[in-house]
Amino acid sequence: MGVSVMRVRGYALIVGNDVDTDTIIPARYLHRSEPEWLGEHVFDDAPGIKGRLNTTPKPVAIVAGDGFGYGSSREHAVVALKAAGVAVVVAKSFHRIFYRNAINNGLPVVEADLVEVRDCELVLVDLAGGTITASSGCTRRIKPIPPQILEILECGGLKEVLRKLASEHHRT
Amino acid sequence: MDSLALRILAKHSGASAVEPGEIVYARVDKVMINDVTGPMALSVLADAGAEDLVNPDKVEVHVVMDHYSPPHNWDSANAHRRLRDFSRKYGCVLHDVGSGVAHQLLAEGIVKPGDLVVGADSHTLTYGALSSFATGIGSSEAAYAMAAGELWFKAPEPLYVEVRGRFHTGVTGKDLALHLLKVLGPVGALYRSVEFVGNGLRHVNMPDRLTVANMMVEAGAKTAIFPYDDVIEYWLRMHGVLPERMWRELTLDPGRPADIEVDLSELEPLIAEPPMPTRVRHVTDLEGTEVDLVFVGSCTNGRYEDMVALARVLKGRKVRARLIVIPASVRVLKQMVSEGVLNTLLEAGAVIGVPGCGPCFGAHMGVAGNSEVVVSTVNRNFPGRAGPPTAKVYLASPYTAAAAALTGRITDPRPLLAEHEWVCL
Repeated sequence: MGVSVMRVRGYALIVGNDVDTDTIIPARYLHRSEPEWLGEHVFDDAPGIKGRLNTTPKPVAIVAGDGFGYGSSREHAVVALKAAGVAVVVAKSFHRIFYRNAINNGLPVVEADLVEVRDCELVLVDLAGGTITASSGCTRRIKPIPPQILEILECGGLKEVLRKLASEHHRT
Repeated sequence: MDSLALRILAKHSGASAVEPGEIVYARVDKVMINDVTGPMALSVLADAGAEDLVNPDKVEVHVVMDHYSPPHNWDSANAHRRLRDFSRKYGCVLHDVGSGVAHQLLAEGIVKPGDLVVGADSHTLTYGALSSFATGIGSSEAAYAMAAGELWFKAPEPLYVEVRGRFHTGVTGKDLALHLLKVLGPVGALYRSVEFVGNGLRHVNMPDRLTVANMMVEAGAKTAIFPYDDVIEYWLRMHGVLPERMWRELTLDPGRPADIEVDLSELEPLIAEPPMPTRVRHVTDLEGTEVDLVFVGSCTNGRYEDMVALARVLKGRKVRARLIVIPASVRVLKQMVSEGVLNTLLEAGAVIGVPGCGPCFGAHMGVAGNSEVVVSTVNRNFPGRAGPPTAKVYLASPYTAAAAALTGRITDPRPLLAEHEWVCL
């Protein structure tokens, strides 16, 4: 994945406030964790979102209000979104475990209020430059992501950090 | 610096002090994974070649089979098999099928005051009732913490809640939790450490504190901590833990200004209507709503005292709604047997399940049918939490759940308790 996460683009999918992780991936699918399985069942119980997700060009930029990723710690929610073609989530605020899970899986998550953006608009997120631009002209400055978190994202996720830790351990 | 969370975090990161917002690497005392989040953590460890870094000398790892207990299909049975094999090979503490819910088991003498605990389950906050810093994480982070014995944390800003007064009969810690969620809303405590002070705390028993700490995540909290006192010490002794003198330092300045003040004597039975735990109403506002199914159990309200509350209402009576009862641990179940509570509930028409999460997360073991109404003592009522998305889940205390089971409608439990005031179990 490398530095590409520093500049990501996606077609907007507007989802509103308090989208919980049960809505993203219902509990009845959690006994399996293959990305294909989870991606197939993403938003199964929210047909209004799923229908638009299916017709939105890929990659997708989810644009949310407050409290995205409410609820359960299931990392399956992030895996499901990625498998369904989501490249970035922009929300006014995130629940903390979802935020951490996204970073740890190399999925950029950015805090910003994009209230003017509409479905299918192209959204460009430039983490290095600290800006978001939508095709309708809406622009935002992004609060800088702390370097420790950016490092995990740039590695491609926490698994890659762990891989380095393990190989250092095995060398010594 | 006052905040208990910041003090515990500083101690575990080797710093003299940490400030809210600061990112620190801190040593963790315990890591918990379960049968939903655990298999993914094991895959991360295997893919990263880091399995052999896991060892009990570095960090204590608890593996709990609670969500699919007993396993409901081939996939979950195979996930259990994998978790068991891993636990044996790498020295993890295994809590096998039927032991109970992680958040009850780890509160029964495993988590100690001052500990820093991470669990791959959002309700890990529960252990904050024992003056520990406990927070939920994902599977990759659990893998990292298991291998490295440490993890990064963003030091949380404290949010102080002052508690005074005492509960009236029929009002419990669940009503306090729902009251706080009503005040805070779904993001009102986002990233915060909710910390409790005030002379009312001496009237809030450990089961109620565990319930309150458990549910603060529904307002987005990172952790929720009760200061160390005699109530905690008594609970620990009951669970075979000898208190250490240094735990006495885990207190808060009682005179500090609070962000939220609660008088327990002003609380009434509350209920959260679907689809969010923060949509809280008075039980009396919804009285008469027909109820199909009642569930009493989970990491929020599956403790012995919750079962006693249920039995107090149901003693010598028969339920009208279907009632499923699942003790949060084997210890709770044994106490229900020895004290006669189990028999009271069976006589009333309850169905008893295997200690564990039961239907709480909506996958199996007692889910509802289309459009059915459920009154439940659990912590979440999002669509799909009781089975089909059209089923409606109302969150309430064991007393309110008992009243709903008895009458088949949402009912204020207080008059039912008054009639039964002198009945012994």
